[in-house]
Amino acid sequence: MTELPADQGAQALDVPQPHVKTRRNRDVLIALAAFVVLALLPMVFSSKFLLDFVIRCAAYGLFATSLNLLIGYTGLTSFGHGMFFGLGAYGFGLMMQKTGVSVPVAFVATLAITFVTALVIGAICVRLKEIYFAFVTLAFQMLIHSTILSWVSLTGGDQGLRGGIPRPPFWGIDLSNHLHLYVTSCALLVIGLFLMHQIAQSPFGYTLRMIRDNATRASFIGIDVWRAKLTIFVLAALFASTGGVIMALFVSGAYPEFAYWTISGEGIFINMLGGVTTFLGPMVGTVLLLILNDTVTRLTEYHGLVLGIVILFFAIGLRKGLMDFVIEWYAQRRDRRGK
Amino acid sequence: MLEIRSLSKSFGGVKATDNVTLDFADGSLTAVIGPNGAGKSTFFNLITGALTPDAGQILLNGVDLAGRTPPEIVRHGIGRAFQVASIFPSLTVQETMLAAVCADQRKASVLHRRFPLAETRDRAEHAMELLGLASKRNRTAATLSHGDQKLLDIALALVLDPKVLLLDEPTAGMGTEERWRMIDKVRELWEKQKITVVFIEHDMDIVFKIAPEIVVLCYGRILATGAPDAIRRNEAVIEAYLGTEHHAGAAV
Repeated sequence: MTELPADQGAQALDVPQPHVKTRRNRDVLIALAAFVVLALLPMVFSSKFLLDFVIRCAAYGLFATSLNLLIGYTGLTSFGHGMFFGLGAYGFGLMMQKTGVSVPVAFVATLAITFVTALVIGAICVRLKEIYFAFVTLAFQMLIHSTILSWVSLTGGDQGLRGGIPRPPFWGIDLSNHLHLYVTSCALLVIGLFLMHQIAQSPFGYTLRMIRDNATRASFIGIDVWRAKLTIFVLAALFASTGGVIMALFVSGAYPEFAYWTISGEGIFINMLGGVTTFLGPMVGTVLLLILNDTVTRLTEYHGLVLGIVILFFAIGLRKGLMDFVIEWYAQRRDRRGK
Repeated sequence: MLEIRSLSKSFGGVKATDNVTLDFADGSLTAVIGPNGAGKSTFFNLITGALTPDAGQILLNGVDLAGRTPPEIVRHGIGRAFQVASIFPSLTVQETMLAAVCADQRKASVLHRRFPLAETRDRAEHAMELLGLASKRNRTAATLSHGDQKLLDIALALVLDPKVLLLDEPTAGMGTEERWRMIDKVRELWEKQKITVVFIEHDMDIVFKIAPEIVVLCYGRILATGAPDAIRRNEAVIEAYLGTEHHAGAAV
């Protein structure tokens, strides 16, 4: 077993209490700076490809980071998390196509639908452990995917939602304008990451770590493990759904592939690439996977084979994600210098 | 006061706890002894909600806790440490204590504030000082020695301010010297905290030295209860568990 660093996570706790507020203010500043940099990117690089790339990173990054709240922080390996990505895309697309409500209303309604669905599915799944949890989530994903395929009159079946998603302007934002869509996606990404980071650093985040490490012991210090797992399952679903909304806006539609098991597989792949022990690991993994996908598919039709080799390299060679590797390497280097 | 009334639990045809009735007075220190398979750990599992009794009552200050979940029982004031140290390997000692106090203050689900909460610090600090873990606050639990992991396990139970503390073999897996250090610590805690402590122990030298009250279990039943001298001279206990060594020691 790999020995954990002796002072992991300790330094942040030694600072006097008023600094807790400072840490949050620092995070707000970092989030604002990240948003400003992303928003200004089109002024420096006018490539449409780059903007598209960042929008896709926003969609998949939110999805993968939310999956890491389950895998990395709580120890719940979900094979069906992609169902909420699909639910977000279909929920938002259908809302806009069928009801004619404004974009913000459709977005909130999509989150409400996701909330209820995740609550029902989560209430069943989080009672189970390990592989049973993984496969029951997968079963629910396949159920939702099958429903999308068979309910042709509503979802368009295997053709997906056709005819485009109407995007009426709101609050001076016109999502049919590519630049507006780009900035909105960046805003959703930054807000989403900020909120998820807050969850990870809150007392609830530490409750999740305890459950991951030793759920039985957690219950013996008074933690309602089932409730905590259900809460994070639902919260993670909301962020995954937001990723789906961004994707639906980007492609102006929704397709059954968004709710297929391969989306969940990609989420796990992203987490393996980027690493699950750091908050930004999945975001790094998202960038890596999308770059790999875009380059490899251009070079060869056997892109699946290449991606397979890459994942083998990370799983067998590094035995951890890229960010995990970098952090560990940096810590060892610092320790050597200290000696 | 912890009162156990006609507590029973069977696994198939095996009666692991058979109609056990016992009282643990407030502030008492009691050792539970018995041969392997006597039902000592099952007895603890029933009290703490890890197992549901088939029959009987577990009354803490008059409130029946039988059949309740572990979190409910913990909130009523029964804390527990385990035979194999049950800790959170990736958390530091300090994080473990702070998170446990958070749970006890019903703040384990707080999302809008940052960990650690100011109001959890004093209690966490006190528990670390009490168990001698303050100097190791920044060590992750996985990197602690076996003895310190056992202390951390006890600290986890103690930081919740229990009325009753159940210790399942606190000296298990320790060398002779470390055993005595641990048991001295247990006794010190009992004296300082003035809580009811019930512990399971196999080392009879320790039991007879520190426990004012002893309960002997055998095949899920109470074989004897009483002060060390009475237990040492009890023929049934000598025959079933102690053998002649401790009896002879008493005679000398």
